[in-house]
Parts: sequence; C-alpha cells; structure tokens
Amino acid sequence: MMSKKVELMVGFFVALGIAALLMLSLKVANSGLSGGGDSYNLFAKFDNIGGLKVRSPIKVGGVVVGRVSDISLDEEDYTPVVTMKIYSEYNQFSEATSVAILTAGLLGEQYIGLQPGFMDESLDILQPDDFIEDTKPALVLEELIGQFLFSQGSGDE
Amino acid sequence: MWPLQLLGRNTLALISGLGRAVIVLLSALLHKPNPRKGIPLLLQQLYSVGVMSLIIIIVSGGFIGMVLALQGYTILVGYGAEASLGPMVALSLLRELGPVVSALLFAGRAGSALTAEIGLMKATEQLSSLEMMAVDPLRRVIAPRFWAGFISLPLLAAIFSMVGILGAHLVGVDWLGVDAGTFWSVMQDQVDFNKDILNGIIKSVVFAFVVTWIAIYKGYDCEPTSEGISRATTSTVVQSSLLVLALDFILTALMFAR
Repeated sequence: MMSKKVELMVGFFVALGIAALLMLSLKVANSGLSGGGDSYNLFAKFDNIGGLKVRSPIKVGGVVVGRVSDISLDEEDYTPVVTMKIYSEYNQFSEATSVAILTAGLLGEQYIGLQPGFMDESLDILQPDDFIEDTKPALVLEELIGQFLFSQGSGDE
Repeated sequence: MWPLQLLGRNTLALISGLGRAVIVLLSALLHKPNPRKGIPLLLQQLYSVGVMSLIIIIVSGGFIGMVLALQGYTILVGYGAEASLGPMVALSLLRELGPVVSALLFAGRAGSALTAEIGLMKATEQLSSLEMMAVDPLRRVIAPRFWAGFISLPLLAAIFSMVGILGAHLVGVDWLGVDAGTFWSVMQDQVDFNKDILNGIIKSVVFAFVVTWIAIYKGYDCEPTSEGISRATTSTVVQSSLLVLALDFILTALMFAR
C-alpha cells in the first residue's frame, strides 16, 4: 500500500533535517565539543576589566588556552575578580606568570593575555584555584585620551 | 444598537470558533496511539506536507542567505567590520528569519493545501462517509496531518537556516572575498547553542503548532461549498501568517529582551 518512494523520500527529508540541526549546533555554534575537555580554574584580580566578558578567550601568544568562566567583585575590597578556566593540558604556568587584558585590534573584542614567566627552582608551578598576582588592567580609551589631553595642557604652560 | 449587535455577534463567533478549534484538536490528538495503523498514515502526510515543501524552503533559504550576505557586506565594509558578516547572517537566520520565513512559506505551501484538502473532503461528504463506516475522521484524517505539520516545520526551519548560511558563505566568501576562516570562526565565537539555536527551534515548534492547528481547523470547520473552501483556504494563510508574526514578537521579547 505504502509506496517505497514515499518512505524513501520521507527518510531523506528527516535525515536532511537532522543533518541541518547537527550542522547548526556543531559547525555554527561550535558547542559541546571544544568546551568538554578537562580544565582547572585560576583567579586574577584586576583594577579594571574594561569590556571583558564571560566566555572571552584566554590566550598565550595568540593560542587560546582557556576561557573566562566568571567575573565578580571581591567581597572585601570590591575589585573585579576574573575566574579563568584553563584547559588542563596547559598546567605548567609558573608563579611569575602575568596576565593583562588586551584588545584584538583597535576596536575589537577584549581578551586575556597570559605571559608565562620564567621557570626557576625557587618558583612553584601555579596550582588550580591559585591567584595570579601580576595583573595589568584593561586600557580604557577615554582614560587614555583624558591623560593625553591633561599632559598636553600642562606642557603648554 | 446595530454596531453593538455586530460587535456582540463577532465576539460570540470568535469565542465559539476558538472553542471548536480546541475541541477539534483535542479530540484528534487525545487517543491511544496505534502505531501499526498510524505510522503509514503519518508517513504519507510527512511526504505531502514535509517533502513537498523542501524545494521552496531550500530555494528561498539560499536566496535569503545570499541577499543577507550581500546587503550586510556593503554596510559592514564601510566600518571595516566585514569579519562580522558570518555572525550577522547566522544570528539573523537562526533567531528570526529561519523560523519566521519558513513558517510563512509553510503556511502558504502546506497549510493552504491541508485546508483545501480537508475542506474538499468535507464538501464531498467523505468525512461523513468515514463516520458512517465507524472510522473516526478526526483520528484517521486530522491527526496524521497535524503531527506531520508539527514534525515537518522545525526540520524545515533548520534546513532553511543551514541553506541560508551556506548561501551567505557562497556570496560572502567565494564572491566578495571575506576570509573563510574568519567567516566561520567569528560565527562560532558569537553564536551560542542555548541562546540562539535552541530558542530558534522553540520558535519554530510554536509556529508549527499554530500554523498546522489553524490549517486543519479551518478545513474541518469550513462551509462545505466551493466558496466556503476558498474562503477557508484564504483565511488559513492570512490568519496563520499574522499570528506567526505576532507570536514572533512576543517570543522574541520573552527570549532575547533584557
């Protein structure tokens, strides 16, 4: 009663629909696969985080080694604390590592740049949940312009 | 007195129509499922509702993606932001155009056909003769059509978005020269599974429910004359299009507004 062609075409249609859903979720949203690996947390306190967002990338020399997983204010001194989720294959950062909030291009997204410090016998390796002490805050364009104008004004006199 | 009476009559008609629509839907769907009989019927309807809508969905998805890429590029390049072409196209397709445009096309292509088919069955008294043979027409005719539409439209919307993104890739990358790596990686960076893709799917499921419901109700409830069928078909397309657009605003406000 049911023709084979109908069944075949319906099967093709449903398979195409599911393939489209899969492609959208894997290729377009890139969900699941990359975030699924093991990771550990590091913390850093900044004076100013600028436009940093949760899920912003963390890069070492341009290579993504993790993502920002949380941004909150320290409960005592009200400075921003950034929780950095680092992929656990990169677990050999020394205590001399410094972090800075950088901008991709002049007006691009902000990301965290890790600068791995030198290794020394007197220095330990950063453990999960450690704080990184050496931080540089985000450059805020308005503040820079303000400083520039201020220095111009004082130079004239 | 007269306008007041007209208002009252229209209100009563609207409310009793809504009631009949709910009764049709519930009595078609609230049955013990019978897979042996139901699945062949559903397959037949999936073919005529879903597969037959594939061409129009794929062609219009491709062209809409291409137009989006072309328009977006000419605007974005003025700000030197043509790297954002990928997320712009993907987000507009996934959040809005995919679910909405495919629901509108679906209402025109499949909804009108459903209404006309059921209406003609009613006019030629096929539904009554089914009842005479102790076959429930709601269960045998209406239910498979409803489920077919309900399953098809989300799949069609996903295909629409995918083809649209591929069309945008064709225009943006192969023709206008946006870097392919930038196109995909910035898109992957900006598109979130829960926020964008899942919400788009929820939208298309809601639209599928509404469009198919209106189509089967209008067909089942139509006046059994040739004029009545034509009126029912028209009002299926008009009402489901308007309702899809209005619901889209509400859903967007719920999902994406802060």
